[in-house]
Amino acid sequence: MTTVSLPAPAGVRPRRAAGRWARRGPLLPALLFTIVVTQLPFLATLVISFTDWNALYPDRRGFAAFGNYTAVLGDPQLRSSILTTVVLTVSVVLVSLVLGLAIALLLDRRFHGRAIVRTMLIAPFLVVPVAAALLWKHALYNPEYGLFNGILTGVFGQGAAQPDWISDAPMFSVVSSLVWQWTPFMMLILLAGLQSRSPEVLEAARVDGAGAFAVFRHITLPHLRQYLELGALLGCIYIVQNFDAVFTITAGGLGTANLPYTIYQTFYQAHDYGRASAAGVIVVIGSMIVATFALRVVSSLLKQEADR
Amino acid sequence: MTQTLSAPAGTTAPPPARPRKVRRGRGGAILGVVAWIVGIAFFFPVAWMVFTSLHSEQAAATNPPDLTAPLTTDGYREFFATNPWPYLINSATASIVSTALVVVLALFAGYALAIRPVRKWSDVLFFFLTTKMLPAVAGLLPVYLIAQHIGLLDNIWLMVILYTAMNLPIAVWMMHSFLAEVPVAILEAAALDGARLPTVMRRVILPIASPGIAATALICFIFAWNEMLFARVLTGVVAGTAPVFLTSFVTTQGLFLAKVCAAATAISIPVLVAGFAAQNKLVQGLSLGAVK
Repeated sequence: MTTVSLPAPAGVRPRRAAGRWARRGPLLPALLFTIVVTQLPFLATLVISFTDWNALYPDRRGFAAFGNYTAVLGDPQLRSSILTTVVLTVSVVLVSLVLGLAIALLLDRRFHGRAIVRTMLIAPFLVVPVAAALLWKHALYNPEYGLFNGILTGVFGQGAAQPDWISDAPMFSVVSSLVWQWTPFMMLILLAGLQSRSPEVLEAARVDGAGAFAVFRHITLPHLRQYLELGALLGCIYIVQNFDAVFTITAGGLGTANLPYTIYQTFYQAHDYGRASAAGVIVVIGSMIVATFALRVVSSLLKQEADR
Repeated sequence: MTQTLSAPAGTTAPPPARPRKVRRGRGGAILGVVAWIVGIAFFFPVAWMVFTSLHSEQAAATNPPDLTAPLTTDGYREFFATNPWPYLINSATASIVSTALVVVLALFAGYALAIRPVRKWSDVLFFFLTTKMLPAVAGLLPVYLIAQHIGLLDNIWLMVILYTAMNLPIAVWMMHSFLAEVPVAILEAAALDGARLPTVMRRVILPIASPGIAATALICFIFAWNEMLFARVLTGVVAGTAPVFLTSFVTTQGLFLAKVCAAATAISIPVLVAGFAAQNKLVQGLSLGAVK
């Protein structure tokens, strides 16, 4: 349908070019705006990453070649923040994907109050991320008056164990709060996937005597594959960039500093512009690798939509 | 679609529905209960936040929690006494103005990508998506330096520009997928009648695409309202947004739990209301329009 070529007078060169620009016209504002605001800064980052530039020593600016990159990759703190980013992202995405799938399967059935349960489940995703992080840190994890230890005291009496959740298990604390926020997201995508299965195929399988597990294994799971991939990749894109939870819950301490936090720190507190930019370029390269796969998944899903 | 699925079973039960119901029987009832338990578990922290916000500081800081403590709105009163209004107004300005800009820009871009498409329109579409996949933090420093240079630091219009750029790719994708559904025949008829682009936009496309525009606006509003990293680095006392205000709120000494919960609730309310009001649009927006 996309080739709705209007009967333009063929053969007349200038007219044709004018028509082409008439088509491009509506696109240009958005395109130019996006390029100027989102792409030029990356270019600047790339340039700065090759300079020796610390805002605290403005007279010592100069060309650094790959100095910042060797410094970034040689800095154990920055290297560990790369690992932290991977661990944080993979664990949040995997756990919320599995939980989201289980919940989507529960919600794909008819039961009393399904709409209410769905609404309750979406709520965590609709709490402002900083607010959610503060809620977990102070109202739930706090060792003295947090809800978790309060429940322990309530159930086991005054002698109950009172763990200091964030210091004892910092990574687990950050991951849990993010899983709580992102499971609804995965659930929504997977539920949409479940509801787009063709009822005829499901009915046919049932008539043929396929059990619930066989239907899940041979029809539901293959159908859901793209939705699982889409959820995983979108989750990766957003969670790799997570700043709010790390910043609020642990302030990057106790081995939870991920790349966005470390870049923020290098730039905002150490004022080392060169190194912050080099770290930024490394993150961009890493994201591009992930993005290549993501684009493939999204485009295959779109093709399917178009075929329907 | 969910409407038809969740139609009350049994009222006008057609015969084919019968055997399924029998097979579900008791197992189905148990799974329904499990779903309820999971739903309550996920909702509980939100409820706890609201519940705590309605307590006095002393009652909020008890261990085990005092469920019978009298409710009070002191937390909210204290929160509003610290004058969060400038921050809330900044957030509202940045979110609403950037959303409006995004919708207009994306509507025209969507027209050029779906209705009278430019050549290689799918490449352009994917270019928009790639910009969203690159971590914004990598561009933070140059933005800071440029803003400093042209005197836009701590200015809410800088945040309007940045949030517009942040949400534009999502909006273009969504708009493309919505405008692709506008029937070609109608557009051709309008063209034959000699209607020009603004007229076609207003009379033909807008009415058909308005649910899509609503979905796009919802998502852009939520993302702009939630954003913190850029706001934290690029704004200060003048243009600070609500999330920035919230983080500065905790440094207070002494008991502050009820107050923090009140602040967190108050700042989340616009998003909660918008999200609940348009649950079905959330999925579309979050998946960039790939999932309908």
